[in-house]
Amino acid sequence: MGANTEYTAWKRVETARSAKRPTSIVYIKKLFTDFIEFSGDGLFADDMAIIGGIGRFNGIPVTIIAEEKGANTLDEKSKRNFGSPHPEGYRKSLRLMKQAEKFNRPVICLVDTQGAYCGIEAEERGQGKAIAGNLYEMSGLKTPIISIIIGEGGSGGALALAVADRIAMLENAIFSIVSPEGFANILWKDSSRVKEAADVMKLTAQELKKLALIDDIIDEVHHDGYMDIDKTIQSIAGYIELNLDILMKMETTGLVNARYAKFRKVGSI
Amino acid sequence: MSSLFPKKQKQKHKRSNEHLPIPESLWNKCNKCPNIILVEDLNISKMVCPKCNYHYKLAPSQRIMYTFDAGSFVETEAELIGSNPLDFPDYEKKIDEARESTESNEAIITGIASIDNMQCITVVMNGYFMMGSMGYAVGEKFTRACELAIEKRLPLIAFTVSGGARMQEGVVSLMQMAKVSAAIRHLNETGLLYVVVLTNPTTGGVTASLAMLGDITLAEPGALIGFAGPRIISQTIKQTLPDGFQSSEFLKEHGFVDAIVNRRDIRKTLAAILSIHGANPLVAL
Ligand SMILES: [Zn+2]
Repeated sequence: MGANTEYTAWKRVETARSAKRPTSIVYIKKLFTDFIEFSGDGLFADDMAIIGGIGRFNGIPVTIIAEEKGANTLDEKSKRNFGSPHPEGYRKSLRLMKQAEKFNRPVICLVDTQGAYCGIEAEERGQGKAIAGNLYEMSGLKTPIISIIIGEGGSGGALALAVADRIAMLENAIFSIVSPEGFANILWKDSSRVKEAADVMKLTAQELKKLALIDDIIDEVHHDGYMDIDKTIQSIAGYIELNLDILMKMETTGLVNARYAKFRKVGSI
Repeated sequence: MSSLFPKKQKQKHKRSNEHLPIPESLWNKCNKCPNIILVEDLNISKMVCPKCNYHYKLAPSQRIMYTFDAGSFVETEAELIGSNPLDFPDYEKKIDEARESTESNEAIITGIASIDNMQCITVVMNGYFMMGSMGYAVGEKFTRACELAIEKRLPLIAFTVSGGARMQEGVVSLMQMAKVSAAIRHLNETGLLYVVVLTNPTTGGVTASLAMLGDITLAEPGALIGFAGPRIISQTIKQTLPDGFQSSEFLKEHGFVDAIVNRRDIRKTLAAILSIHGANPLVAL
């Protein structure tokens, strides 16, 4: 285990959101070689809250899809819409997943979003339909999918990249139905009760693993309040290597059936 | 409506009717226009205001009565209920209250029914039960309805009404979006028809899954349909929203709804759709 086993749920929320925490771009650079970014949904626009493309992992061709919050400057964050995708972002990711399926490439998703964007244009262009489309297609995609939640896994906007054969969370990542602020607001009409919300929501990797809602937790390495990115990357790379090997050996029908069974059993009675 | 829930009829008097849309008095003032209408007439017009076309919200039993052949509906999985998967404080109490006030087990009813003697599987969500939120019992019942449709080779018709996810079930609720989407995929792979009728309001996780995956998507006039709720959007963008934003008409204009169908015509429309898709009327009824 990593160094932070005693963290409270709220402390994990703060860590997952921390400005010091690396964003997807950093992981992409360090995990993959020959990365080529592919833009656009082929329908409307290019949504920069999601980075997509192809590259190699340990020499194996893969498709990479990642939510990117934008690091450092406000300009960069605005360009990425703070990691909250519009429908065209999900449609870009779907286009690239179908492309991956055609060429038998595994898909690696990095999830880091507060949630799908809530705005007028997002509704006009069918945010609900775009997310539904991803859930639908991913549930039957004929190629392996590994999703790793690296920071915030906010609701449907995160799930739209997480209908995967393996869902892993970094040790201090969170995954939730809504933000703790939104949760406190909806249930208690008091958005200041965030710590209490975080406690009851079961949004930490540790609690979600216990509930078998995610498959694995990936250890992080920290020194003096900063993530040791290279050491953490080593544990992520180890995780991908191990699971890619297992998933790529599976016959396609078996792979897709196993993925279906995994989601079918969540709350089967 | 009581014939749908014969078991529960006894307790009826103890329960509050405040969540049910049927007005107690003889006359009712329309929610939208100044029209005053006899309750009896309102029932004849399927809870649609004859003056302004306002569509009242319906309990599932009314929806079933207005849509399907009289007496044809046979409920399935009626006893299926969820528990408290995250041990969320007071969740059981909330569910019990919802059961008391709605006389339903959960925010969804599923069953087999017919329209003009053409059989189908139907799921009807219940907006009065914890705002029609999709907990795992709702996800499970929807999924079983898909599986039943596949087993019986029947089309599936869904009436949606939902505030979105069931907060108290957290990620268990979230995962239902994936589960029902995968179930619809199985249904589609067998070539069966899936028709969605969007009703007021349909939002959140239900919009971002089962509501937007129909072969054919119909909507009742003037329904609120969206991913994010209007209050969240106006808070996020700090603007007031334009009139008609996220209405059925707005969705149709933006290309997400096949047709807007008045409730008084829905039965006829569904009958035509079932027939065109090769549904066989039951013989010897
Ligand atoms: Zn009226």
